[in-house]
Amino acid sequence: MKKGKSTGAKALVRTLEKAGTELIFGYPGGANLPIYEALQRSTIRHIQARHEQGAAHMADGFARASGKTGVCLATSGPGATNLVTGIATAYMDSSPMLAITGQVSRTMIGNDAFQEVDITGITMPITKHNYLIQSAHQVAPIIEEAFYLAGSGRRGPVVVDIPKDVQTDEFANQHEKRRVLEGYNPTTKGHPGQIKRAAAVLREAQRPVIIAGGGVISSNTYTDVAEFVKTLGIPVVHTLMGKSAFDNYNPLNLGLFGYHGSRAANTAVSKSDLILAIGTRFGDRSTGPLASFARDAKIIHIDVDPAEIGKNVPAYLPIVGDIADVLPRLTSLLSNSSNIQSPTEHPRAAWTATLLKQRESINNGNNGKINDKGLDQARLTTPVALAAAAEAFPNALLVTDVGRHQIFAAQHFPVAAGRNFITSGGLGTMGFGLPAAIGAALAQPEKKVVLITGDGSFLMNIQELITAAETGINLTVMVMNDRRLGMIQQLQDGFYSSRFDVSRFTQDIQFDRLAADFGCRGDRAASESELQHAVVAAAQAEGVTVIDCKIGEEEHVYPMVTGRNLLELTEGEA
Amino acid sequence: MTHTISILCDDIPGVMTRISGLFSRRGFNIESLTVGHTERPGKSRFTIVVEGDDGVLEQVRKQLQKLVHVIKVWDLDHERILEREHALVKVEVHEQDRANLLQLITVLQARILNSSGSIWVLEITGDSKSVDSAINLLSQYTILESIRTGKIALEQGAKERGPSNRL
Repeated sequence: MKKGKSTGAKALVRTLEKAGTELIFGYPGGANLPIYEALQRSTIRHIQARHEQGAAHMADGFARASGKTGVCLATSGPGATNLVTGIATAYMDSSPMLAITGQVSRTMIGNDAFQEVDITGITMPITKHNYLIQSAHQVAPIIEEAFYLAGSGRRGPVVVDIPKDVQTDEFANQHEKRRVLEGYNPTTKGHPGQIKRAAAVLREAQRPVIIAGGGVISSNTYTDVAEFVKTLGIPVVHTLMGKSAFDNYNPLNLGLFGYHGSRAANTAVSKSDLILAIGTRFGDRSTGPLASFARDAKIIHIDVDPAEIGKNVPAYLPIVGDIADVLPRLTSLLSNSSNIQSPTEHPRAAWTATLLKQRESINNGNNGKINDKGLDQARLTTPVALAAAAEAFPNALLVTDVGRHQIFAAQHFPVAAGRNFITSGGLGTMGFGLPAAIGAALAQPEKKVVLITGDGSFLMNIQELITAAETGINLTVMVMNDRRLGMIQQLQDGFYSSRFDVSRFTQDIQFDRLAADFGCRGDRAASESELQHAVVAAAQAEGVTVIDCKIGEEEHVYPMVTGRNLLELTEGEA
Repeated sequence: MTHTISILCDDIPGVMTRISGLFSRRGFNIESLTVGHTERPGKSRFTIVVEGDDGVLEQVRKQLQKLVHVIKVWDLDHERILEREHALVKVEVHEQDRANLLQLITVLQARILNSSGSIWVLEITGDSKSVDSAINLLSQYTILESIRTGKIALEQGAKERGPSNRL
């Protein structure tokens, strides 16, 4: 190649490096080999997944654990379509991701060429934006723009489709300036007037509650939330995505609210006169039926995305902006105000006390239930396994899959505030857990990463155990193996005719043996004491440990909203 | 109710698909859609007429605003709207009807674009309602073919004063 010339593939790799990319999760194919060729001479580490879906979830898990944009790479056609579930998962949970796909050469596009698919068309509704690059000199500015879009405002995935001949084309290597995006200006600074009004309303509220959502985590504002709570002494409930928005051990944290929320948390929301919603989109799993949602409450809604304001519930006082800008200003208005009463003197103190008492009585009930069964005789249940794991892994970064174990994990495995809980909340993607945990472990090598999965979810991307073993990460996988699709069975039990043909598996898979074959450490536990040994050993072990937790006939996960509002809860057999 | 949405956006490939996709996904049938260049190079303006639930449409408007290449969206105020639509109507005219049709053409301020024997092509311009009624009046003759551009619209007064800038 002549001096001063570059190729599309080289420009891509150089731009990724410039953007600080350390890892790419990918899978090779005919239409992205020029990129792989260029990657060989790069400092970027490539993690070879065993399925493109795995690569996408790894990039997503990496992004959620680090806050940086995760990058995945696939070839054209089936490689690209295999990314789709991963892209949609990232989109629903506002996770910053850059998905790069190879495409057939420009002259072949539209001819139904081998491994051709219109991936920009397919991913249009599940990306923040996407691109089909038409010439090599556009590669660098478009990749820069893609990073900017994925990682700013409300985060999300961006797809960049690069035809093979664009990857190999030579072009005069000069820096192209990024375009000005007149139509993209995320509002980050909250309106001062609205913040002032919010402070006034908050001061007066008798029964206030904070709903902390996933936005708190994507904006890294957990300390701002903690500061705010300290100032006003208001109770906090969280959505599934917001579990690690506020320290789970803090007495003011009433836990998960919504469809599987606790009675205390759902009472707080349902009886509140003022909800301060921080970075949540009021998803249907949170609100239950909208007509009966929080009827007495005024809602102050802080969100970076104006389209979320008033989408599901009307906002009394919308504040569009970055939580990192809005919340500290709100806190300082409230702490500076002269007429603010101390948290214990304000009329709302009684409200808080009632909620805390309600939560206390529920907790005592639960503890009694678990202890009653004794140790070795106790059949292993998911909550018992989770309690043991939580003890063996304090300060864990918890990753879940999707299903009954996911809700149990949200309820029974406390985590500290921060990027410490990763789950597929919006799309509910079974098979997300393992690859996301791999990405998370690579992003946070200092943290103890624990994946709670079920036998249904685990099997959906189990091939990534090989990837996990290869990367040298430390990871503990606990498979809640009850040989059934627990959540499906619960729904069939509750709302259908309790026929379980499709939700029970006849084959008893030995996940410990399977893990060993895939290069991991395998262990199994059929009782609480076995499990305690297994988790302690796993916590000390290097590499990847898979604990096959033989869960017996599992109890359904409760509470669950079975009525027309969040207080019509079924609380289980207790 | 009927809404006239005006969208200023970058003039690039794919922008039309992105915009129309947001309507179709929520079950809106686009009654008319026009797009053309504007006073600003590289920018296009869409005028889209849709009928639908106000709340759902407000959500569509916000989602449109989120598209990276959409600069601004207006749900045009029906009190302040200036709209025009263009139609070409091909009619078959018999000898004995010519005088009447010529009179109607004068009343409608239509123009004869082309006439070859008994086949006349007429051009009509006006707001959508007048185009409706013109075509209605012409239907007493035999209409062989007709086509309408769909409406283009702006608001009167200073620009960018649409009611959509609420958030």
